[in-house]
Amino acid sequence: MKPAPFAYLRPSTLEEALAALAGEQGAKVLAGGQSLVPLLNMRLAAPSMLVDINALPDLGHVRVAEDGVRVGALARHAEVLASAEAAHAQPLLGMALSHVAHPTIRNRGTTVGSIVHADAAAEMPMVLRLLEGSVDVASVRGRRTVPAAELFAGPLESTLGHDEIAVQAFFPGLAPGAGVAFQEIARRHGDYALVGVAAHVETEGDAVTRARLGFVSVSDVPTVVDVTDALDDPAGTALTELEPADDIHATAAYRAHLVRVLAPRVLAAATDHARSRAGEAIHP
Amino acid sequence: MTTKMFGAKVPRVEDQRFLRGQGRYVDDLLTDDPRLLHSAVLRSPHAHARIVDIDVSDVLDVEGVVAVWTWDDLTGPMAEPLPLLIPHPALTHGRTQYALAKDEVNYVGEAIAFVVAVDRYVAEDAVSRIRVDYEYLEPVVGIPAARAAKHAVHADVPDNVGARMEQENGDARAAIAAAPHVLTLDLDVERSACTPMEGRGTVARWDPDTSRLTVWSSTQTSTGVRGCVAAKLGLDLAKVDVVTPDVGGGFGVKINHPWPEELLVPLAAMTLGRPVKFTEDRREHFISSAHERAQHHHVEVGFDDDGRVLGLDVEFWHDHGAYTPYGLIVPIITSTQLLGPYKPANYRVAFESLYTNTVIVTPYRGAGRPQGCFVMERTMDAISTYLGKDRTEVRATNFIQPDEFPYEHGLVFQDGRELTYDSGDYPASLVKLKELVGWDEFEEFRAEMAAQGRKVGIGLACYVEGTGVGPYEGAHVHIETSGRVKVATGLTTQGQGHQTAFAQIVADTLGVRFEDVEITTGDTRRMPYAVGTFASRAAVMSGSAIHLAALRAKEKALRIAAEALEASEDDLEIADGVVSVRGTDASIDLGTVAVLSNPLRYAFDEASKAATQFSIGDPGKPPVAEDDEPGLEGKDFYSPPRSTFANGMHAVIVETDPDTAEIRILKYAVVHDCGNLINPMIVEGQIHGGVAQGVGGALYERMAYDESGQLLNASFMDFLMPYATEVPTSIDIDHLETPSPLNPLGIKGAGEAGVIPSAAVFAAAIEDAEGFPITSMPISPSELFELRLAHADEPHPTV
Amino acid sequence: MTTEQLHEVRLHVNGSVHEVRVPARRLLSDALRHDCGLTGTHVGCEHGVCGACTVLVDGAPMRSCLMLAVSAVDAEITTVEGLTEEDGSLSPVQQAFSDCHGLQCGFCTPGFLTTITAGLRETPDPTEDEAREMIAGNLCRCTGYQNIVKSVLRAREIQAEIQGERSRS
Repeated sequence: MKPAPFAYLRPSTLEEALAALAGEQGAKVLAGGQSLVPLLNMRLAAPSMLVDINALPDLGHVRVAEDGVRVGALARHAEVLASAEAAHAQPLLGMALSHVAHPTIRNRGTTVGSIVHADAAAEMPMVLRLLEGSVDVASVRGRRTVPAAELFAGPLESTLGHDEIAVQAFFPGLAPGAGVAFQEIARRHGDYALVGVAAHVETEGDAVTRARLGFVSVSDVPTVVDVTDALDDPAGTALTELEPADDIHATAAYRAHLVRVLAPRVLAAATDHARSRAGEAIHP
Repeated sequence: MTTKMFGAKVPRVEDQRFLRGQGRYVDDLLTDDPRLLHSAVLRSPHAHARIVDIDVSDVLDVEGVVAVWTWDDLTGPMAEPLPLLIPHPALTHGRTQYALAKDEVNYVGEAIAFVVAVDRYVAEDAVSRIRVDYEYLEPVVGIPAARAAKHAVHADVPDNVGARMEQENGDARAAIAAAPHVLTLDLDVERSACTPMEGRGTVARWDPDTSRLTVWSSTQTSTGVRGCVAAKLGLDLAKVDVVTPDVGGGFGVKINHPWPEELLVPLAAMTLGRPVKFTEDRREHFISSAHERAQHHHVEVGFDDDGRVLGLDVEFWHDHGAYTPYGLIVPIITSTQLLGPYKPANYRVAFESLYTNTVIVTPYRGAGRPQGCFVMERTMDAISTYLGKDRTEVRATNFIQPDEFPYEHGLVFQDGRELTYDSGDYPASLVKLKELVGWDEFEEFRAEMAAQGRKVGIGLACYVEGTGVGPYEGAHVHIETSGRVKVATGLTTQGQGHQTAFAQIVADTLGVRFEDVEITTGDTRRMPYAVGTFASRAAVMSGSAIHLAALRAKEKALRIAAEALEASEDDLEIADGVVSVRGTDASIDLGTVAVLSNPLRYAFDEASKAATQFSIGDPGKPPVAEDDEPGLEGKDFYSPPRSTFANGMHAVIVETDPDTAEIRILKYAVVHDCGNLINPMIVEGQIHGGVAQGVGGALYERMAYDESGQLLNASFMDFLMPYATEVPTSIDIDHLETPSPLNPLGIKGAGEAGVIPSAAVFAAAIEDAEGFPITSMPISPSELFELRLAHADEPHPTV
Repeated sequence: MTTEQLHEVRLHVNGSVHEVRVPARRLLSDALRHDCGLTGTHVGCEHGVCGACTVLVDGAPMRSCLMLAVSAVDAEITTVEGLTEEDGSLSPVQQAFSDCHGLQCGFCTPGFLTTITAGLRETPDPTEDEAREMIAGNLCRCTGYQNIVKSVLRAREIQAEIQGERSRS
């Protein structure tokens, strides 16, 4: 289990990195490497070149502004998780990040890297979609912002071009009167979830005005389902759009069952969260 | 007086090295030798195929590649199949693989070519450039496919049956026919594996100046590897040294030998004249090192109104994988050890050992006992449920009683000897266990939990484990003139703390300070006669041998000291390394006794002057008496008539989530009897580890093969070994010490015990929580959910 | 096949500088073990799950099997060999493992020691649950973790004893 040979570049400017990517069809970006290096070691991936962006300046930020949280390409999961400001602006970040692998992996792995790895079994791609966030992308062709809804093309496949680097992810903050919740069931603590469900709920007074659920491991792309009109049976509605599958750890029926168990729970928790925040806003 | 070390919780001496990062495992060796070469193996991607052609022409173009071997390059004994280590008359169709596949591959992972290069990276590059043409053959995967025999693994074994064996005590079928009650059970256990944290590894160095081969291997038997290497490479045994350095866990898989690489590495080292290393990676460990456990069992049991077993008839089918290097040990152990602490009046067992196109099967900690225990304990639970009796009561009814030892089962055990239990007190153990787990208070707890909408269950399982099997182990004790004691025993160590436990024995037996004793294991240069570390035998076998050897050294020390002190041997005692005459000031330290034991012509230091020819001895007698030898040493071997039988009982309380079907462990209790304890801290550590491995085997781990014979979970990502978060938060342990009458220290083995009852005890507890039978292990939440669906229409039985 | 390019890499390990020439693909774990001769770091799975290879990178535990040596140039790395006190005595975490029988075969131990050393800096006074959480990303096949959890708590005690002595003196 050793990687096949590859060329290696450790640029000190973004421009240099982008030029290298543009010039080498088989090049891949190395940030945290916690998803990529296992694939290299098993020789399931054999890029011709790695462009190591760890020496690039100004990409390690976790910046909190009024509209939300901006996470740079080199911000490690642990750094995002450790930010009390980020957790305050968007509580779902912390709820989900504490389920991402184990702390040691989170010390190296990057949140942006995890998002563009586009694994439907991972928490952060789903979180970005549920929160209707976006990713800022750079290439020699210029910069663009890709909304989460347009980011995921298929299993482990993002819509980014081979020459593009995701330089920042944007997670909108949680609006007053909105609430979030997350739960997952995994075989072992720290494993990929058998099923994970997050909820984002908006309320006005006692009324739920918008409710959406995000799912981990029950479809082959990160999936979000609007259940605003199905508050009494969110799972039933969601399952029409999900594709739970059999694997060695669980049957499709069990996964569907877990959706039925978790969906109402997280929906209720997010609704409570929304109401408690609305209460806080009134009585600070 | 020296403090007694035997029985004390002495901190381990080996820890100092390990904690500083100074352990020396195989892959750590020769790292600073610039001549060292590394190797990689091309392994079959197919479960069953004929090899039409192997093209290695691209390989030697790779810069840094030194050599490549395929079967065509092997000669003499190396071109013959690997040895069948433990032949048995019932193993009528035993087959073993070649070091490199000759013309057929029979499992994904079977070695086909061996590449040696400057480093492992380059070796893997080279492996990826070997082109093999395969002719695909139908794979046989799983016991049902093997039994159906639509396809054969080996063309000359068309029914896939490697062995059929039957043993009977009394007339089980007649007893069942006449019994008031009869039950039938079908019970399955799936494949799992040892998965030590360190995989296999071998380094070899050929010294052309002395024509000597040194092999370091991560093995459970140095002497076994030595014998095989010598035989296969055509070397005299005296030319081969095998050293087992620190080993990162074994759990059974490293007792099988020689692995292909254990022969190919020395062959390459000799051929190339440079040291060569093989370090197995994790994926290789999954697909080319041994598995165990998969068996299907069919049970018929006849019993009376009290639950007393009148007749027990068990048939089972054992999946031994593609080859049978380790013979029938695993199924023989199941067939005999499933009896546990019970005495069915009549017992018949028959098994078939079957070929499948999967990785070979050799013993994994417990070695067939977890399956046997699962079968027997599920049967006990079924009888209890049927009769509406407490599960402990039915077990107690069937126990062998303390006054019935030695108890003869009328069967032949895995060592070819009578299955005769030496000692034990099962009723006493059961009393302890019930108290420890709170058996009698459980219904109250269940009601309390039910009121909160929570579901809990309790289970127990009992086992007896034959430990310390022969044929023998030996030890050599050498008291140096410094007074320090160097001890060698031949079996190997992979984490059991032998350097500590054996030193405790020596300190007591010899009367020396624990700190002055140094133990060497697994080095054929120091002790060429040995068997290996398996079957919970190290403490019993080498512990006893070391004790006996230390006694011999002591005897000699007393004889020489008596002469020097002009006292009678009967008046002498040894403490803290000093021999003294009781009640006087007269004394001599053991180092000086060692000086005196070796008549010298030349003094090499101040102390040794005392032993030179003008200072010592009666000039009228030979300096070394006719029946004596120089040096203060003792050497002895221990070879018991038969195994000693440890026993124990586990109980667990689990909670099953009514919604998610997740299984949580609330309480785990162990009562353990391995005779006299040398170091209770180490024994408890063995139990902890066994229980955790058992939790893995019961709730998490399985080898998931698809029908084409691909192993789908050949990684730690998908083969779910428990982390700290998956094991019980505490394990309550109580000991009973029923000494074995078979050895001088009264000890029994402890290494495997913790894992034996796991499948049985978890199945029992989950069944108790859920109210429907659990007949197949391991069990996942998904499977429990599916079982709930299947049993949803049944009326819920009242417990 | 063309010759693989070698990179001159300066690795800062346990306070020393190691100049090594390695191809880009050399894993940090291999560079530490084979190029720096620090074989205390062990390799158990090479896919980041077992934790045996965990080293401290700028004080934070990371899997050295999931890092490239060339990518570790700017970091200060601590391996198990660097945990021992300056006078050669065992660190509180190492001592605790000895006191509590927190190891058997010793193969996974270096990864636990580095992880716990960093963990106790972050959580100096862990509860038993926090102790368990601290080691939850490392696999051990021998101990069943019981005594490793105890070792974490014992290390906390030893540290407190040392601090107590220091404040008294």
